[in-house]
Amino acid sequence: MRKQKLVLVGNGMAGIRAIEEILKLSPHQFDITVFGSEPYPNYNRIELSKVLQGDTEIDDITLNNWQWYEENEILLYPGETVTAIDKDNQTVFTDKERQVDYDKLIIATGSVPFMLPLPGVDKDGVTAFRDIKDCEQMIETSDQYKKAVVIGGGLLGLEAARGLLNLGMQVDVVHIADYLMERQLDKTAGKMLQKELENQGMNFLLNKQSVKITGRNRVKGLKFKDGGEVKADLVVMAVGIKPNISMAKESGVPVNRGIIVNDYLETEVPNIFAVGECAEHREMVYGLVAPLYQQAQQMAKRICNVDCDGYKGSVLSTQLKVSGVDVFSTGKIIEDKHTKSLKVFDEWRGVYQKVLVEEGKITGAVLYGDTKDGNRLLSLINKGAMIEEYTDNKRSEETGNDLIASMPEEEIICGCNGVTKGTIIEAINNQDLTTVEQVKGCTNASRSCGGCKSLVSDLLEYALGDQYDQNQKESICTCSTLSRDEVIEEIKLKELTHTREVMNVLGWTSEEGCSKCKPALNYYLGMLNPTEYKDERESRFVNERLHANIQNNGTYSVVPRMYGGVTNAEDLRRIADVADKYEVKMIKVTGGQRLDLLGVQKGDLPSMWSELDMPSGSAYAKGLRTVKTCVGADFCRFGTQDSIGLGVQMEKKFEGLNTPHKVKMSVSACPRNCAEGSVKDVGVIGLDGEFELYVGGNGGTHMRKAELLAKVKTEAEVLNTTAAFLQYYRENASYLERTSAWVERVGIEHIQNVLSNKKTFIDLNQRMDEALSVVQDPWKEAIKSETLLRDLYENVKVPAGSN
Amino acid sequence: MEKLLNKIFVAKVNELPEKLGRTVHVHGLELAIFKLVDGDIRVIENRCPHKGGVLAEGMISGEHVFCPMHDWKISVVDGKVQKPDIGCVQTFEVKVEKDNVYVMLPEK
Repeated sequence: MRKQKLVLVGNGMAGIRAIEEILKLSPHQFDITVFGSEPYPNYNRIELSKVLQGDTEIDDITLNNWQWYEENEILLYPGETVTAIDKDNQTVFTDKERQVDYDKLIIATGSVPFMLPLPGVDKDGVTAFRDIKDCEQMIETSDQYKKAVVIGGGLLGLEAARGLLNLGMQVDVVHIADYLMERQLDKTAGKMLQKELENQGMNFLLNKQSVKITGRNRVKGLKFKDGGEVKADLVVMAVGIKPNISMAKESGVPVNRGIIVNDYLETEVPNIFAVGECAEHREMVYGLVAPLYQQAQQMAKRICNVDCDGYKGSVLSTQLKVSGVDVFSTGKIIEDKHTKSLKVFDEWRGVYQKVLVEEGKITGAVLYGDTKDGNRLLSLINKGAMIEEYTDNKRSEETGNDLIASMPEEEIICGCNGVTKGTIIEAINNQDLTTVEQVKGCTNASRSCGGCKSLVSDLLEYALGDQYDQNQKESICTCSTLSRDEVIEEIKLKELTHTREVMNVLGWTSEEGCSKCKPALNYYLGMLNPTEYKDERESRFVNERLHANIQNNGTYSVVPRMYGGVTNAEDLRRIADVADKYEVKMIKVTGGQRLDLLGVQKGDLPSMWSELDMPSGSAYAKGLRTVKTCVGADFCRFGTQDSIGLGVQMEKKFEGLNTPHKVKMSVSACPRNCAEGSVKDVGVIGLDGEFELYVGGNGGTHMRKAELLAKVKTEAEVLNTTAAFLQYYRENASYLERTSAWVERVGIEHIQNVLSNKKTFIDLNQRMDEALSVVQDPWKEAIKSETLLRDLYENVKVPAGSN
Repeated sequence: MEKLLNKIFVAKVNELPEKLGRTVHVHGLELAIFKLVDGDIRVIENRCPHKGGVLAEGMISGEHVFCPMHDWKISVVDGKVQKPDIGCVQTFEVKVEKDNVYVMLPEK
C-alpha cells in the first residue's frame, strides 16, 4: 500500500510536536514533508529569552537537530515558505515555486509579533522579539549602541529587557497600563515585580502611550501621547502576538481570530488540520506551550485514526523567566463579587501569594517570590478541586513538584545509570513502590553517586501524591527498619561489640547484612569504642581492606603520603625507581597534590610499599585524605601565614582517622584562597593576625560552598577547633554522609553552638585524641603481618598439569 | 556426551581466609574462592558479568558477594546475579577431602 503524504506547514514547536506524536503512534504510515520559513531546525522559542540573557546558546535550544529529521526520514525544506494551498487538488505551493501534494495537511504557522502601527515603525533599529533573527539583531545592536527602549511591560517585554540589560544596554520599559504584567498579575504583585526589576536596573515609564518613533533612517527616540519623549538607539516591540493566518485565510480556510478548529484540531476543510498559536479552538487562541502540546497529542491521534476524547481547552499558567524573580500565575487572577481569596503577603521576605476561590473551588492564583506551589495549584484547578485540598496539604513547601511535572518522560533522572523519569514512574506504578530504597532496587536510579536521590524522592511524591510519606524514617539499609540513630542508641544500651552481634540482636532480616550495613556498623562500633573495637576487614570495602584504590581493570593505584603536598628529591627518586621496577602504567598528580601510581598488580602492593618506605596517603580512605596547601608566607608575596607548616601539622595530626566519609582539608595563607578552601570539608584561610575556618564545602557530586565556622588567632586553636568539628561530625553524621550534607542538615549555627560550650569542646578534643591514639600506618601493618599478606594480597597460581 | 572433569587441588581449607575471597589462577581460568561463615566453600569465576569486576575482592554476606566495582549482588552458590541486575557467572563444583579443597574443572 502506498504511504500517505503528510505535509506540515511550519517547523515550530507545535507542528514538530505533532509529528513526534504521529511517529510514536504510527511510525510508517506517512511520507512526511515539512516547510519552515526559518533556516533552522526546530528550536524552543520559549528559551530565546535565555539566549538573549546570555544563559544559553542557540545550539542548546534546538529541540530536534538535522539528524533527527534524517533518522525519521522527514523531508525538511528550511528557509522556505508555503504561500498557498489548493484545497481542491490537495496541493501546497511555496515561495521557491515548489509544489507538493498532500493527503493530510497540518498548518502550524504560529503567530507573528504584533507591531504597533506607529509612524516610524519601519526605521532601522526597530525590532520585534520573536525569533532567532530578532535575537541576533539585538545582540549585534548592543555592540554599537547603548540605549534601548522596550515597548510592552508584559512577559515578553520584561524578558527582552532583562536580556538587553545583560548585553550592557540601558533599558527603559514603556507600558500602557499602570502596573506590569497586568494580564497575569494583580496590582500588588505587579508593583512588587516592578520594584525588583528596578533594583536590577530597569527603568519604567508606566501609563504611557507611544505615538511616534523619531529619527532619520535609524531610530533616535520615542514620543508619547502626553508629549513626553525618550531617547532610543533600539526599540523592541513586545506588545503581543497575533495568529499567523494570512496564508490559510487567502487559501480559503475559514478563520476568525485564528484558524477555526474543532476538538480534533480539524479545520472546516477536509484533511486540513491546524495546531498551536495559529489555531482558534472554542474561541480561544493560545500563546503558550502547554496547550499546544495537548493539542498536538489529540490531533496526532485523530490523524492516525486512534480513538481519542479530543482537546477540551487548557487552563493557562505563566511563569516569568527572569533570573532573581519568581512569578507564577494561573487561571483567574482578579477578584470580583463572586470570588473570595486566600492571601499571604510578606513584604519582608518579598513573598505574595493569592489563591482565588469561587463557590469553594480554586479558580486561579498569583504567586510572587515563592512559586513552588504553582504547578500544584494548576493541577488542582484542572481537576476542579475544592480549596480545602490546597489548604489541608500545604506541606509541599519543600518539594520539587513543579519541576517534576514539567519534565518530559524521557528526561534522564539518574545520570550514572541512565534511568529516565518514565522508567521510574512506571516502576513506581506497576510495582507499588513507596520508598527511595525500593526505587533504587528496582530501577538502579540513585544507586551510584546518589546525586539524584532527592529527585527520586520528588518523583515518588509526584506519583503517589498524599500517600507518599516524605519524612519516612531512613533505615540504615534494607536489612533493617532501624535508623542510624536508633542503631547507635541500641549499640550503646546493649553494649554490642561486633557487627554480627548487632545484626542478631537487633533483628536484621539477613543473617550477615549487606554491602551497605556492614561497613556502616563497622564504622559506628569503632567510633563508639575506638580503643577496644577490632576493625573487621571483611566489613570494609576493597579499597580500605587492601589500602589501595581498585581500578576498573582490577589493578590498583598507590598514593604515598606527601604531607601538605611537599616532597623532596630523594622521595621523588625513590618513587620513580619503584614506578620503574613495578611497571607502573602512569604517574599522575592528583587533585589533592599527591602522586598517584596507577596500574599496580595486587600481589605487588606489599613489596612496593616496603620499597617506597613512605606512609600511606590514604587516598582510598573514609578518613582524612589530604591537606592541600598554598605556598604561603615563606615564598609568596601575598602570604600572611605559614600555610604549608600548618597544613603539615594538620595532616600529621589527623592522618589515619576514620570518619563517616572522606575528609579533605586545605590551608591558604591569604584571602586569595589558592588551596580552594571553599570546596573542602575543612578549609583554613590565614589572614594577617587570624585564621578563618570554613567547613562543609564540597566540590564533588553536590557542589557546596563551605561556611564560616569560626575565626581564631593561633595555629593551636586551628588544630583544636578542627578536631572538635571533626569529632562532632564523626559522632553525629551517618556513615557515608559527607560534611557538606551533614552541615547542611544540622545547620552551621547548631555546630557553632555546640562548639561554643567550653566543656563540650574539650570533651570532643579528648575523644578525638583517643580515636587518634590507636592509628597505625596501614601499609606498615600489612607488610609486617604474614596472615594479612597471605589472606589479602596473595594470588594462587596452580601450575598447569597438576591434579 | 558426558563431560570429563578434572579434580584440581587449589588450597588447604585452613589456609583460606574467613569471609574473604581468594583469587586462584588455574589452567587459564581465574577463579574466586570463598569460605563462608558456615565453613562452606564456594568457587565462581572471578569476573562480574557487568564490567568485569574482580569478585574475589567483593564484600561477602551470607551466600552472596557484592562486586567491588558497582555493587552488583551475586550468589556464590548458583552464580545468579540478584535483582535489579541480571546475568550469571559460572560456578564450579568443589570437593573437600580431608583438609584439601579441589575444584572440578572441565577437561582441557
